Amino acid sequence: MNKKLLLPYGDTLDDGKVQLSFSLPCPCNPTGDAAAKATAEAMGLYDVHVVHSSALGEGFSFYVVYGMRKDPIDISTLEVRDVETQAMSKDEVEAFIAEKFDRPLVFIGASTGSDAHTVGIDAIMNMKGIHGHYGLERYKGIQAINLGSQVDNETLLEKAKEHRADVILVSQTVTQKDIHIRNLTAFVELLEAEGERDNFIIVVGGARISHALAKELGFDAGFGPKKYAFDVASFAVNALFDKMRHQE
Amino acid sequence: MQLAIDKTIMQDAREDAKAIAKAIKAFIDEKTTTSVERSILRLLGIDQATDFGVPLVNAVVDHIVEHGDLSRGVCHYMAHAVKKTDKSPKAIATLIASGKMHMKDFAKKAVPDYSVLTPYFLATEKIIQHQAKKRREHLHEYDVPEKYVIVATGNIYEDIKQALSAVEKGADIIAVIRTTGQSLLDYVPDGVTQEGFGGTYATQENFRLMREALDESTKTHGRYIKLVNYASGLCMPEIAVLGAIERLDMMLNDSLYGIIFRDINMQRTFIDQHFSRVIGAYSDIVINTGEDNYLTTTDAFDNAHTVIASQFINEQFASLAGMPSRLMGLGHAYEIDPAKPHSFLYEIANAQLSRQCFPNAPLKYMPPTKHMHGDIFNGIAQNTLFNIAAQLTGQNIHLLGMLTEAIHTPFVSDRALALNNAKHIETAMLALKDELTIKPGGMIEKRANDVLKDAKKLLESIREMGLFKALEKGTFADIARTQDGGKGLEGVFDKHPHYRNIPMERFMQALKAGESNE
Repeated sequence: MNKKLLLPYGDTLDDGKVQLSFSLPCPCNPTGDAAAKATAEAMGLYDVHVVHSSALGEGFSFYVVYGMRKDPIDISTLEVRDVETQAMSKDEVEAFIAEKFDRPLVFIGASTGSDAHTVGIDAIMNMKGIHGHYGLERYKGIQAINLGSQVDNETLLEKAKEHRADVILVSQTVTQKDIHIRNLTAFVELLEAEGERDNFIIVVGGARISHALAKELGFDAGFGPKKYAFDVASFAVNALFDKMRHQE
Repeated sequence: MQLAIDKTIMQDAREDAKAIAKAIKAFIDEKTTTSVERSILRLLGIDQATDFGVPLVNAVVDHIVEHGDLSRGVCHYMAHAVKKTDKSPKAIATLIASGKMHMKDFAKKAVPDYSVLTPYFLATEKIIQHQAKKRREHLHEYDVPEKYVIVATGNIYEDIKQALSAVEKGADIIAVIRTTGQSLLDYVPDGVTQEGFGGTYATQENFRLMREALDESTKTHGRYIKLVNYASGLCMPEIAVLGAIERLDMMLNDSLYGIIFRDINMQRTFIDQHFSRVIGAYSDIVINTGEDNYLTTTDAFDNAHTVIASQFINEQFASLAGMPSRLMGLGHAYEIDPAKPHSFLYEIANAQLSRQCFPNAPLKYMPPTKHMHGDIFNGIAQNTLFNIAAQLTGQNIHLLGMLTEAIHTPFVSDRALALNNAKHIETAMLALKDELTIKPGGMIEKRANDVLKDAKKLLESIREMGLFKALEKGTFADIARTQDGGKGLEGVFDKHPHYRNIPMERFMQALKAGESNE
């Protein structure tokens, strides 16, 4: 494969310009500025400029820093994993369900664990959807059940069994100290321990979720930013169809 | 800046809300809950937990539920026990928790001499009055809006560091966000805590530590810093007691939030919110209601009227608890999709409508969260518009938006940037609201009146069917709950004919006396 080299772009090709902002637990003074510069340099930037520094109360300081990257990356060597199913439109999904299944498909979703945010799960499931893309509730052939936020893993599984769900959607919006990873792992472990893993297609979504991360954690798929109900539905109906054919 | 709002509709809406709240009040007057009874025990001076971490108040109430009849109320049992043993309520609680004493025999006894409890209630009341006095001494006239930021590290000591940094950057109010799931705990954990998820446990000791740190900073900055926590969830009134004792200045406290968003049983919530508001009113603590949340789960434009309707209901519930308007921090939010044309005009209409419906209430205004998707630069733009709306419409409790909303709990720098932004707007637009007139009959005025009309219609229909039914139909936030569903119903008890809640009687009496003095 041909090499394709890439550097960040400020205002000239290959100038490598990067902007950063961060705080340091030290007072705002010349030593703090020097520490900010050294921090950026340690990140592999050169020609570093601390363009702004201010105090954040006692013992904390804030910096805006510019620097340059020298070594380009080679895009051709990057391994990118995305959901491979071709995304279908809402109409296509509905037609697919009508043709391949003789019953409505049940999608159950929740924002789990510590996460009190429902934005993510609502964007995918609620009637209205987001950015002009309707949510699953509006799909013919899909029964969408949104359990809301702060649902614990056990409750989600229990409700999924109760409603005979086909697909479980887990949303993680805001996270602190990577608690979402622990929580998602715990959900997969719970399914496996209860011997329920094969009974559901499980999908995770959220601002910090990628398909690669989802697969690594044992989910069937993961959807990050800029993914909509039709992306999730396309994947899920195809996965269910494959599963059905396998079982036959 | 004033809008011409139809006063008759406003008055009618308020009347409907009053009838709605009164119907519920008649229902809750017949009942008590485990958390109300535990609050009474806390007011008798019972704090701390057993060696196994079970709070003494839980040990006593559980003991009575198991061996006696809670419908008589803890005052009945404690009055008999104090009389018989001549020990303090706390000493009695310790004996019960260790199995060295039994309340069973008191269950069938006649009405006790309640006056034996008076000295213990008085001791707590003294503390509460002392705290309220201290607050009044410190508290000078405030700039409006007051800038409110949250800390949520999970570790109270880390929270203190971040709070102090925010105070230096100009914060007026610090809210310590609770750890996930605490609202569903049927007890208040005891002691200092350094671990939590998405927040820090609300405990008496954590309250005390943060209060002490903020008082210390008041000395250096000459500015009183208000402290906020949650009197919500299954321990709503108990936390109100702890907040009163440790001088919290505001408490999140909503008559409907727990029902809708935490699936807490509605009977339980209505009973608990009433006592918690009586405690708040007595202690001079501002409540913050949670209407803003309706707009995060449903469309903010289409459901603006549900916010106004709920504010009227919250106002009336608070009023029934003896709470004056100046303590009612009614909530609302800036959540309309910024892609919607004229969204800012509609936000002004909503915010100003709340302002004019509740002129004496310190309104709580929440920042955009729903249409924040990780583009932090766009986040700053949204927060700036929100800050302008807050300034123009004279909101009081101004919750600052974080540019990193929907990414992580705030970094120390996020909070500082938010405070700088708010200060910038406040300084630049200091007198703008007094200089501006809104075009009569224009888009903003028309929108405000439309929202009010819809709110009135909604209140009318709730009045007809009753609030229980309305909640069963998913009137708020599109979430439906049943009267006997949700968590905590097992903690609801019918009152015995001889039941007494002595502190509630004492507080209401004091509030009535205060009213006539004013």
